[in-house]
Parts: sequence; C-alpha cells; structure tokens
Amino acid sequence: MMFIRKPKATACRLAVAAFVSLFAGLVHAASFTFTAIPDQDESRLTERFGKVAGYLSEQLGVEVTYIPVKSYPAAVTAFRNNQVQLAWFGGLSGVQARKLVPGSEAIAQGAEDTAFKSYVIAHVSTGLSASGGFPEGIAGKSFTFGSKGSTSGRLMPEYYIRSHFNKSPEQIFSRVGFSGDHSRTIALVQAGTYEVGVVNYSVWDDELKQGLVDPAKVRVLWTTPEYPDYQWSIRGDVDATYGQGFKAKVRKALLEMSAPELLQAFPRSAFVPASNSDYAPIESTAVSIGLMDAP
Amino acid sequence: MNLPPLYPFLRSGFRVQRSAQGMLRTCLLFVVLALLCLPWADISVTTRDPWLELSRLGWGLLTPDFGRPGELILALANTLAFALQGVALGVVGGFLLALGYRFALIRRFSAFIRAIHELFWALLFIQLMGLSPLAGVLAIAIPYAGTFAKIYGELFEEVDPSAWQALPSGTGYLSGFFYTLLPQALRPMMIYTSYRLECGIRSSAVLGFIGLPTIGFFLETALKQGLYSEAAALFYALVLVIVTMRWWLQRRLVLFYLIAALVWLPPKVSLDTALVVRFFTEDIVPSPLRSIQGWSDVLPALERFWPWLNQLWQQQMWAGLTHTMILALLALVCTSVITLLWFPLISPLFGGRWRQAGGHVFLVWMRSAPEYLLAFVGLLLWGPSMLPAIVALALHNGAIIAHLVGRYSEGIRLREDAATGINRHFYEVLPRIFRPFMAFTLYRFEIIMRETAMLGILGIPTLGFYIDSAFSEFRFDRALLLLLLTAMLNMLVDGMARSLRQRLHLSSQPESL
Repeated sequence: MMFIRKPKATACRLAVAAFVSLFAGLVHAASFTFTAIPDQDESRLTERFGKVAGYLSEQLGVEVTYIPVKSYPAAVTAFRNNQVQLAWFGGLSGVQARKLVPGSEAIAQGAEDTAFKSYVIAHVSTGLSASGGFPEGIAGKSFTFGSKGSTSGRLMPEYYIRSHFNKSPEQIFSRVGFSGDHSRTIALVQAGTYEVGVVNYSVWDDELKQGLVDPAKVRVLWTTPEYPDYQWSIRGDVDATYGQGFKAKVRKALLEMSAPELLQAFPRSAFVPASNSDYAPIESTAVSIGLMDAP
Repeated sequence: MNLPPLYPFLRSGFRVQRSAQGMLRTCLLFVVLALLCLPWADISVTTRDPWLELSRLGWGLLTPDFGRPGELILALANTLAFALQGVALGVVGGFLLALGYRFALIRRFSAFIRAIHELFWALLFIQLMGLSPLAGVLAIAIPYAGTFAKIYGELFEEVDPSAWQALPSGTGYLSGFFYTLLPQALRPMMIYTSYRLECGIRSSAVLGFIGLPTIGFFLETALKQGLYSEAAALFYALVLVIVTMRWWLQRRLVLFYLIAALVWLPPKVSLDTALVVRFFTEDIVPSPLRSIQGWSDVLPALERFWPWLNQLWQQQMWAGLTHTMILALLALVCTSVITLLWFPLISPLFGGRWRQAGGHVFLVWMRSAPEYLLAFVGLLLWGPSMLPAIVALALHNGAIIAHLVGRYSEGIRLREDAATGINRHFYEVLPRIFRPFMAFTLYRFEIIMRETAMLGILGIPTLGFYIDSAFSEFRFDRALLLLLLTAMLNMLVDGMARSLRQRLHLSSQPESL
C-alpha cells in the first residue's frame, strides 16, 4: 500500500509547492522562473515541468521554479511582467512577447520546430479528400482554428488560406470558430461540429498513433508549407539579475537536455539553437493578416 | 438561502389595475422583439456525431475522479480566498459609495464599474500586475462594489424616515446615519451580502478560466482535454461548497474566514512602474495616435485615426453589439419561459413536501452550474451557434428567478376550492406572481447582458469575444474601446430596466439577485 500511495503524495506535494510559489514566490521572483505550454495535453503540467525545473536548477546552480499558465496570452503577460524570465512560447506568442520586452531573445527551439507544419483536416461527410494541391473544396464549409494566438492552429494556416483565396476566412467559410486547442479541434471536426479545421501536425500524428482519431470520420486534406514554431525565449535582463553569462548557461542547459522524460514534456526530440531572426517570417505574416500592427 | 422580505409587492396592490395593461404590453414588446431577432440569430444545429463525446461526458459525470485531493483542496482554498477577499473589499467600497448614492455622479460611477464583467477587470489587472493575488481580488471587488453601492444605496432610501425625523434638531448626519438609518437597513444588507458571497465564489471559480489558480483553472483544462471524470469531481466540489454555505457561513466565523483567506493568499503585488506608465501612456492610446510628438503630428494622426476607428466599428464593434443584444434578448425571453415552467417545482401550491424538496435540489443544481459549463455541454450537443449560449443563460437564470418566484408563492393563500393542475397555474397563481416575476426578470436583464461577455470567451461572437481577441493580440487600445462600448450598453440596459420597473410600479425595492 505504501508503495502505491507514495508517488501520488509526492505529486500532490509538488503541485501544492508549485502553486503556492505561483502566488507567494512569484510576486517577486527571487528564483529563476519559467513557464511552458505544450502543444498538447495540458493536464498535470506542474508535475511534468517540475522535472524540467529540477534539471535546470541542477545545471544553473540557482533555484528554478515552473509556473503553469492557462494560455499563450497569459504566458506572454507573465513574461512581460517579469514573473517568468524564460518561456517556451509558440512562434507567434514568442514574437509578441519579444516585442513587448525589448532586449529579450529566442535562444533555442525544438528540433521539430525548424520545419513545423499544419494539417487541414475535414469530416468525411464533406466528401473532400487529399488531392496533393490546395483543397479548394473547403470554401463554404464551416471551419475551426485552434486557439486565437496559436501559430500552427491559426496564424500560418490563416495566412495560406487567405493568400490562396485572396479573401478573409469569414468570407471564405460559412462559419469560423476557435476551438481553443489542437486536441479540441480534432474532437470537434471528428464530431462533425465543424466540417473543416486546421491542426498542428505533431498533435495529429500523436493522437492518430494513440488511437484517438477515427480515420473513418476525419482525414487530412492538405499539409501547409513549413515554418518555424515553438522556441525558448529569455528576458534580456537575466545577466544583470543572475550574473554574467547566465543567459549562455541557460542556452547550454537547454541544448544539452537529453533525458527522454524531460523532452517528453514538450514533446520534442531535442533542442537546437535559435535566434530572433529565425522568427522574422512569423512576424511579417502576423502583420500581413492583421494580427499585429506593423512595427 | 435566505431572502429579503417581499412585502412591497403586497403593499403596492392598489396600483395593480393601472399597470396590468402596461405589464402585458411590455411582455408582448419583449416577445415581439425577440421574434424579430430570430432571423438574425444563428441558432442552427450543426453537430453530426456528438454522441461519442457526450457519452464520455455522461460517463465522467457518473464516475467523478477524486484521485487528486491535493489539487482539489488547493483550488477550492484559492477559490474561497479570492471570493472572500474580493467580496469583503467590495462591501467596504460599496458601503462608502452608498453613503453618497444621492449624487447622480456616484450613481453613474457605480453603474459604470459594475457594467464591466469581472473577467474583463481581471484581464486588465493581470496586464498591470501580472498573475498576482491582488489582480484577482480587485477583479471581484470592483464590480461587486458597484453592485453593493446600488443595493445598499436603495436600501437606505427605502428606510422608514420617521426615526430620523424624530431626532432632536442639531443631530449630525453621521449620528443620524449610524443610529437610525443603518440599524434599520442592516438586516436586508446582511442577507444580500451573504447571497453575493455565493456569487463571489462562482465569479472566483470563473476567473480560473483566464489563469488565476482557482477551481476554474483545472476545470477548463479538464474539459478541454476531455478528462470528464476529473471535471466532474471539480464541479461537484464547487456545488458542494455553494450548497453547504448556509451551514458553514456563520456570522461569528466571517472574521475568522477572512483572516484565514488573507493568510492563505496575501494580496501581494509587485508593480513595475515602467510597465504601468507604459500601459496608460502608450498601450491604451489608439495606435494611430501613438506617434504624436508635437502639434504638427496631430492632423495626420487624426487622419489615420478615423479609418482605424471605422474599421474597428465595422469589423468588431457593430458585429459584437448586435450579437450581444440578440443573444441577451432571446435569452431573456427563454429565461422567462423556464421560470414559469420551473417555479411550481418548489412552490407549496403545486405539490407536497417531497416534491418541493426535490425541486429545491434541482434548482440549486441548475443555478450552481456555471453558465460556462452549460454552454460547453451545449456546444458539444448542438455545435457552435448561439443556441448553446441561449440555453445556458436561460437554464441558469431561469433557475434563479424560479427560486425567487417559488419562494414568493409561499405567501399566497388559495381558497380551499381553488382549481388544481394547469388551471391553478394559469388562473390562480400566475396572475398573483406576475408582478414579482416581471420585476425579477427585468432586474436580471442587466445581468444576462453582462454574462454574454463570458460566453464570448467561449467563442460566441458577442462583444466579449472581440474583447478577448484584443487582449490575446495585446492590442489594449482596441480592448479599451470595446470595453467602454460594453459598459455603455450595460448601463443603458440597466437604466431602461429601472425606468420600466418604475413605470410599471414593480417596486423599487432592491431584490437580492
């Protein structure tokens, strides 16, 4: 009995500690704090990223805390208010965050994020199927994005759809919605609530593998061209706060992260170097579809 | 739940004749308006295959997963701490405002601060203060202060003035206030305040949806991930806390609870002055106007400002405004229908003790279910139209008004040989409860309007939807304009409902809901 109960109790303590720290420690972070929202499975964030915090703490020699946040905008806000100094952002939220915090920098991205892509998926009742080219037939159907601030679930697909039809999504589709996240997009299209949707490719592949997707009900129509996505961004003032060379140490720790149980939290196979300029295409796309004001 | 006395309705009996036709006309007007809205309301059912998801949801409700007690207790404690602190601060602020409720300026100010939903206050404060405890406390305290100011202020106005008039001349205002006004108004004030704490707990839970660590934080994740057993456990815990309030909320313990809340969640904040300054001097300034450096920039900036405003109006403000009004009107009419169907469940005029007890349990459940949750289930069932939002608002608000009307009907004495069944409903009871029913429903209209905000965050394109978008795009200039528009709309509806109630002589006594 003892053996069974123990991990659960530890997990609870971890969660409690993290949340108390959100509200006690966070207010002015003495410890180095980071946040991360993975592109799927938002449950048990505290447990999963608690391990990452432990690893970083070991590597950096300072106390490292993870705080869970609800959404991309919340992560950006925490970054802006210096409640977190390091964050695992999506492509768009990273650009927004670095614009709001001058001096901040993208330091690493997932190996998969150098060439990320999205799938356009459809319920079988639409009669649409993959044809190699852009799926013209989606016009006039009901359509859902993922979250409003998502790169793979909104920004890039919206860009490709707009540039193909030369119209706004509201003009192209009979109804446009925001499901809130990728898993929900799959569930909603599978239920036929929306006929067409766009989804992050890695979430789709993963759910397909897990058997959560019924190929008899929903299928992939088209794959977008590749674009850069998730990345680690760090505030510019960390060297001043945590000592010279701190930023370089963080980058090194991230790039050297190799334990599968740590990488699984994101989920990525490894981290590779990144810089602000890698995300210039994301910013110009956001400006071109009116999600950001021109700089 | 305790409710204030309803005697004013009885008192106003002699005016019944005069305003009966007015009530009928008003009702018809609302129904006709709602019918006119129908062609523009998107109420289609688009789901093809909801049963898989629904069966998972149903199974989740039957098998709540209490396997993570640490998380649950923590979330509940945070929920209660935010609610207690927020409502307490709201009481203090509302009381101070109520002292000056005679002044139109203070009345308008109170109406303005309560016209903005606590979710939006929270989004604003989180920008300014980060995810800090104070942001959550203020988000509840400010709109609640506006509501308390109104209710307390109206209670002070209603107090029998003879005690004050009997004071010796030369008695100061404060002495008069504390020795005659306050003691008379104190009881209904306390009853109302304890009711608002229940609302505060719901509000606090809902703040979790945007990131504060209350029960809504975990509930939203669980719902989004389809972990319905976990969601059910969280939901049941929330309902349990609300249903048992009458036992744990003892007057003697209030101070203890408040201190415990302050110790658990000290309302700390660290303000970054540079950020705050930037927020007020740059972020909320409409983007075309930001580049103004000197007088020579003003004209070109204004030339860019009008197209900007025009675009915002056409793309977001107008669409949001019409959707909000259509949704609120349809929800109001459906709420009324639900009320008239459900109040007999708890009325002693329609059934025995067991049936009433069952009815009470049912109504408590329906009103404890946050509209967000009802709308979420509706979205699964019927797809992304206005229908789930209308149904969610109608069920939640209908349950609340049905409760009030049912309680009111306890005071009605029928003749021994009064008709039974459906005839009793239409010929005996309905005419007697129609006045309070209208008063409650009109009062609730403003609240329904406010609640459309939250459904916007769920994706129904009300003003709340566009406000949420503006915040997620970090365009605070747009968010502020949309917020002001929302506030104006709510104040307009509030004013209209108030004047209608006065015109129809529906009592000016504040109700508790």
